[in-house]
Amino acid sequence: MTVAAKNQKLHSVSRMKEIMTEYYIGAKTARDTGKKVAWITSGGPVEPLLAMDVIPVYPENHGAMIGAAKMGADLCQTAESMGYPSDLCSYARADIGCAATNGGPIGGLPEPDMLVCCNNICGTVLKWYEIQARRFGVPLFVLDTPVCHQGFSPEAKRYVRSQIEDYIHFLEAVLQRPFDREKMQQVGKLSIEAQRLWQDVLLTLRHHPAPMSAFDAFFHLALIVTLRGTPVVIAYYRELLAELNERIAEGIGAVENERYRLLWDNLPVWYRTKWLSGKFASWNACLVADTYTSAWCSSLPYMDPDDFLGSMAEGYARIYLNLGIDAMADILMEMIDIYDVHGVVMHSNRSCKPYSFGQYDMASWIRERRGIPVLLLDADMVDPRQFSEAQSEARIDAFMEMIAT
Amino acid sequence: MIAAGIDIGSITAKAAIVADGRLIAVHTLPTGYNARRAGEDVFEAVVCSIGMNPTQIDAIVATGYGRNSVTFARKTVTEITCHAAGVYFLNPSVRTIIDIGGQDSKAILLDDRGKVRDFAMNDKCAAGTGRFLEVMARALHAEIEDFGKLSLEAETPSAISSLCTVFAESEVISLISKGEARENIVAGIHESIAGRIGAMLNRLKWSPPVMMTGGVARNIGILKALESRLGNEILVTEHAQVTGAIGAALIAAMDEAK
Repeated sequence: MTVAAKNQKLHSVSRMKEIMTEYYIGAKTARDTGKKVAWITSGGPVEPLLAMDVIPVYPENHGAMIGAAKMGADLCQTAESMGYPSDLCSYARADIGCAATNGGPIGGLPEPDMLVCCNNICGTVLKWYEIQARRFGVPLFVLDTPVCHQGFSPEAKRYVRSQIEDYIHFLEAVLQRPFDREKMQQVGKLSIEAQRLWQDVLLTLRHHPAPMSAFDAFFHLALIVTLRGTPVVIAYYRELLAELNERIAEGIGAVENERYRLLWDNLPVWYRTKWLSGKFASWNACLVADTYTSAWCSSLPYMDPDDFLGSMAEGYARIYLNLGIDAMADILMEMIDIYDVHGVVMHSNRSCKPYSFGQYDMASWIRERRGIPVLLLDADMVDPRQFSEAQSEARIDAFMEMIAT
Repeated sequence: MIAAGIDIGSITAKAAIVADGRLIAVHTLPTGYNARRAGEDVFEAVVCSIGMNPTQIDAIVATGYGRNSVTFARKTVTEITCHAAGVYFLNPSVRTIIDIGGQDSKAILLDDRGKVRDFAMNDKCAAGTGRFLEVMARALHAEIEDFGKLSLEAETPSAISSLCTVFAESEVISLISKGEARENIVAGIHESIAGRIGAMLNRLKWSPPVMMTGGVARNIGILKALESRLGNEILVTEHAQVTGAIGAALIAAMDEAK
């Protein structure tokens, strides 16, 4: 039996919690402060909202909080009793259940004044946001990003670019004031800087031992998702980066005695991150990279800080989940090399079909091209009824026995 | 040196003893609801069966779903690694293992040293496992031990399409009410399991020779259905059900020798 190793906590965690608490208080009290609130998808273009002083709120981030608070089963069941099928994404079910009951860890999200939906992450968000737009009786803007199987055609670019103009007109109509292009420039620059810093944070995990693990990245991700484009994110990631660099200088790893380095694919299993992190640590294994958190800096090559509006069409269309499977595999192979991993753990996520689709092919390509083993874990990001501890434990232990012998 | 392996499965507890690289005893008992007790009982029984006492055993490894309840074991190892070690001991030429146990089914690929190269397990669903067969036997008022023989007498296997155990049971009940011959239904159940396991194996890109382990290997009907699905002979030994326990004992002995 392996001895449980403890995971090293980062000091920055408490600052991060403060920032998120402040952000949610700001959003929940928007009515009193006269601010407008927009609900937006995790891959949606948030920067124009910030340029117009609108508070963006993320049902998916809220879904992750619901999962981590282990409130997913109840809220999913609430949605199911409203008539939604258990096959529907558990973020959508948790959000719909929460909106109907004001349940969840923070008593529900603040009511939206508008909804912004971008289908670069999945198709479910379209119907999900239509349902919520009807529930709250507010306008909905949909940004349609065609799947970029290979490259980005000039037609696709024109198509998405034209919608960015529609988006601006939508905001002007809802807010009854002209779009602030000057502020947009500032927000765009801050957003790109934050993405670069996030990339730097993740790249510290190349070091042996890795100064933090993907489980830490799942947590620190919240800021780049919710607050990119604001100065607070930049200050925070600088602080985090400094702490990680200190750890590197002192040779401190997230997992004591790091011996095996693994890559995680797909969303976290939010209600089991602690258990999973302990389980891998007990094998001296650290998750040093993941395809999920790195998606929030994957568009950097297409973004131009001097022409944010002009380049965001391409940046938002070419995110990881909106690529063809060959392009996704190329990114995955590159990550395997950069982070020097011994194996890949793929969460076959019952909720997230676009992410889980293709994993069997991807797994066999990894085995062929990189000669490292791949583990498939069946679970769900928020709904614990799709998780079996005994099954998962047997798979992880057998996988680690395979790597370790 | 004498080493023991204990495999606590969801239905059956198994134990094996190896002495200086030879298998000298095996024993099985129903697990029941108390896995800890089952581990103690099956260990005591296997030790007694060869006129020894527990203090004479140098090393113990536990495996199976109840492995963590065997508190007197030196360490725990998953059944995947143990089945690989057991099969390598029984027949080192084997490259693919099909293990159908009480609550899951696994496909395991081995390298030429008996090391696990890759594996796949059924997802969170009992279809295609020993428990699935038990549910079907109950619906058919048949003894599970007769399933294999019954299915060999089938004229045309019935089509059982449901992937879910509960839905498949409803399908079986509806076939019974239509007057379908029991033999055909049993053969249909076996074919449905073979279809699932065959798909799992093909996904792993298996290679022969293939050996089947686990309690379900005693069912000749499943074996034939799987052989026809894979177009390949499947080896079975008299120790199919206790292969994991044998592997655990071998790992215990190997660790002790280090």
